[in-house]
Amino acid sequence: MARALLASQYALMLEFRAEVLLWALAGLVPFVMLAVWIESPAGAALGMGPTELARYFLAAFVVRQFTVAWVLAVFEEDALQGRLSPMLLQPLHPFWRYLASHVAEQAIRLPIVVMIAALFFLVLPWAFWLPTPQRALLALAATFLAFLLNFLIQCSMACLCFWSDRVNALERLIFIPMLFLSGMAAPLEAYPPAMRRLAEWTPFPLLVHFPAQLLSGGEIPIAAGFTALALWITGLLLLVAVLWRAGVRRYGAMGA
Amino acid sequence: MGNPLRRYLLTLRRLWGTALAMQLEYQANLLLEVVAAVGNLLGSLLLLSLFYGGGRALGGWSWPQALVVLGVYTLLEGITSTWLRPNLSTIVGHVQQGTLDFVLLKPIDSQFWLSTTRVSLMGLPEIATGLGLMLWASARAGIRTTPWLLFQTSLMLVASALILYSLWFLVATTSIWFVKTWNATEVLRAALSSGRYPISAYPMPIRRLFTMVLPVAFLTTVPAEAMLGRLTLPWLLLSLAVACVFLALSRAFWQFALRFYTSASS
Repeated sequence: MARALLASQYALMLEFRAEVLLWALAGLVPFVMLAVWIESPAGAALGMGPTELARYFLAAFVVRQFTVAWVLAVFEEDALQGRLSPMLLQPLHPFWRYLASHVAEQAIRLPIVVMIAALFFLVLPWAFWLPTPQRALLALAATFLAFLLNFLIQCSMACLCFWSDRVNALERLIFIPMLFLSGMAAPLEAYPPAMRRLAEWTPFPLLVHFPAQLLSGGEIPIAAGFTALALWITGLLLLVAVLWRAGVRRYGAMGA
Repeated sequence: MGNPLRRYLLTLRRLWGTALAMQLEYQANLLLEVVAAVGNLLGSLLLLSLFYGGGRALGGWSWPQALVVLGVYTLLEGITSTWLRPNLSTIVGHVQQGTLDFVLLKPIDSQFWLSTTRVSLMGLPEIATGLGLMLWASARAGIRTTPWLLFQTSLMLVASALILYSLWFLVATTSIWFVKTWNATEVLRAALSSGRYPISAYPMPIRRLFTMVLPVAFLTTVPAEAMLGRLTLPWLLLSLAVACVFLALSRAFWQFALRFYTSASS
């Protein structure tokens, strides 16, 4: 069943290739920030030369591409338009369908990201690096877990659709800490210590900073990162399960 | 209704009146926008402050001077959500559903209609914080705001808003051919987020790109220079010229695109 689901979602997503390309390009914030960081002496003060900075921001871009989640927007539309009702009748939790469609979209993103990375190394050949196989595997695992975490964060917010029909506005709010605390716009090492500790109490650095440091070969406490990921994921799984049960009971379909 | 200008102004008043009345029904959203504006501002301040530890400066701009740039950027973001996004997002829908026909048949310029029908209150918190930050930071930078300075700055802000509008309209116009290019505005938005920082904070090749191809320099840096009282006359004139060129370009491109518009289902 998983195969059928993935294949059908992949076919669906394939029709939106151009849109996926545009979405991928919309994630170019790390490159803009890299340009400012390379020119500023603040990087050197941090012990990060141009090479380290370039690698970090490219890794942040790649990781971000594969951790994006958009359940909230889709789920809200499905709930508002009443498409959720038939989905609830199927013997499959609707979130599985969304998960499959996210994975399918990532498969379409893959060649785009490879091309952007190739272009990046063409412009900045001195930044080229290959992560050690061990680091690459760890980064891959961390990226997938980070994606799951982001997906679950959005699922927990999507469950609120059962209580209110304007949940989409929350997406705008969640994007703010995502941008400023995840490490997408600056390596967390550069933050003032108090600010960094504050950020590390939230799940956001796990979404970009942790996998990006693994990928770019930076120093990062590996075991602690994976533990934090596992804890957040477990906690959110429970939260989503509770919210979903309570929500479905309230659900009366639109217009009822 | 003899004077066309009066007719257009009257239309605007009617349109905006209904748009505002409609939005006052969703007051909770406005509160949310206030929270978002404050959050965005705090985040931007945090990012900017990272470049200023230990007596460093960003591209030769002092902390209060760089804050003026950030103020202009915030103001433009507010203008985007108040004016550009609500209007230009309708073009896609019109093309998809074929209702663009109705717009084209109206006895009023179609670009004018599509660009001004709606106005949203959502950007007001950002417009207010942006203006506030500009005034406060320029005072901190030791600038006395004379009427002449304010006039110059307003002029440059108008030019910058017109450039921003033209960029958005150019991207929105492509939906006549491709229908689903609304996402391209997200790409534009990401690229323009580079306007958070003064143009001299970027490496040389990118500075050229931002002055000659994608006019980021004229969006935020030039109005900030005006606010700081150090804009030279050539740059002022150049900025006005760029605004005119982009406006003309958006107009020409729209008319070119309409030649390819064949309405839905035909």
